[in-house]
Amino acid sequence: MTAAVQAIAMFTVGLFALLVVVNRDPARQVVAMGMFGTSLAILFLVLQAPDVALSQIVVALAYPLMVLLTLSKVKERRR
Amino acid sequence: MNVRARAALFAIAGASTFVLLVWGLAGLPKFGHYGGPYGAVLNRVELRERHATSVVASVVFDYRGFDTAGEEFILFVAVMAVAMVLRVQREEKEAGSHARLGARALGDTSDAVRVAGILLIGPAVLLGLYVVAHGHATPGGGFQGGLVLSSAPLILYLVGRYLSFRRLNPVSLLDFGEGVGIGGFVVIGLIGLVAGIAFLDNVLPLGRPGSVFSAGTLPVINLSVGLGVAAGIVLILFEFLEQTLMIRRR
Amino acid sequence: MGTMPFVLAVWLFLIGLYGIVTSDNFVHMIMCLSVVQSSTYVLLLQVGYRSAGTAPIFKDIPSGTKAVDPVVQALTLTDIVVGVTVTALLLALVLQAHKRSGTLNPDDFRPLEG
Repeated sequence: MTAAVQAIAMFTVGLFALLVVVNRDPARQVVAMGMFGTSLAILFLVLQAPDVALSQIVVALAYPLMVLLTLSKVKERRR
Repeated sequence: MNVRARAALFAIAGASTFVLLVWGLAGLPKFGHYGGPYGAVLNRVELRERHATSVVASVVFDYRGFDTAGEEFILFVAVMAVAMVLRVQREEKEAGSHARLGARALGDTSDAVRVAGILLIGPAVLLGLYVVAHGHATPGGGFQGGLVLSSAPLILYLVGRYLSFRRLNPVSLLDFGEGVGIGGFVVIGLIGLVAGIAFLDNVLPLGRPGSVFSAGTLPVINLSVGLGVAAGIVLILFEFLEQTLMIRRR
Repeated sequence: MGTMPFVLAVWLFLIGLYGIVTSDNFVHMIMCLSVVQSSTYVLLLQVGYRSAGTAPIFKDIPSGTKAVDPVVQALTLTDIVVGVTVTALLLALVLQAHKRSGTLNPDDFRPLEG
């Protein structure tokens, strides 16, 4: 049972990583990045590492924020 | 070299790297049968030695505390570098007039966002402090709690105008907080030196395992790391926001 | 379940690297870099896992129960936070580079002259 859960978690992480790379537009990639970060946190939980999962969840919050701020600054210059 | 040539070259290199890596990793012990002795030893003796129920926290701040001090410095230097890279350049100026800023800065925040944000600030600070303070007993600690704490000024920015955010988080105070937080780690380590044993040794009283005031120097280090990380992240955010909202081409 | 989990770390590493190599936008490249970084976290945690072990927090369970390795978790923990600050630095550099040259395409950047 645990092995099945772990296998599903690992497969999901691999799938979302592919999604992150395939999306070329950064604005769309941020969404994929959020999904990837969450699936990574779930994988860490399944591997019995609650501290690391907590870190990853909070970091996946700060990360898209900075990217979006950069993107908004870049777009304004391009206009 | 255009993209297609690069992709083709990468396909060759990537395939050979894949084969080599998988062949190398196949030599490791099978998944689930890790044979390293230190983890097992630590799990058995740690509660008796340090009275901290979270083995991971005691490894991070006590058994391998010197490593963590080094990583703290990486954080510190990265924040400093962000502030330096994003400084006002010669051909830019900082928009000072409130009138021009008001229309551009935030637009109209809806009342729902305002109410929800104001209701969330208190619990965010409380949750951050809780995670920091109980870092040695349950999952959590300085790093995670510091990040949760740093979300409170962010919510402040979301519900208010950028200028109120700026006034409530003066940069000098943030700098001070970050320096104290990260320097505090080293100062606590020096206590060990002064007491005659090694740097970063656990010299404060150990207490009952599971309570907040246990495990010697661990809660104190957690607090200082939490402060340092929170101030650092808010500083980074501050620099980015300033770039986006306040700095214009001259 | 012998060696298959470790293939995930290799897959993450290579797919992130592929994204970096064939990227045409700096911000996209930075996010692929974070995918590469996460492959190290996954590998560390997978190496330290013990079958039927629980989390190494002994608040409610007696001190001798079988738990996973805490040392690798300690390594990964600080790693994640440091990773996000270094990414912030990279984004700041990209921002300033864009101000100078007006483009986000890595191919348009000539080597330094003079």
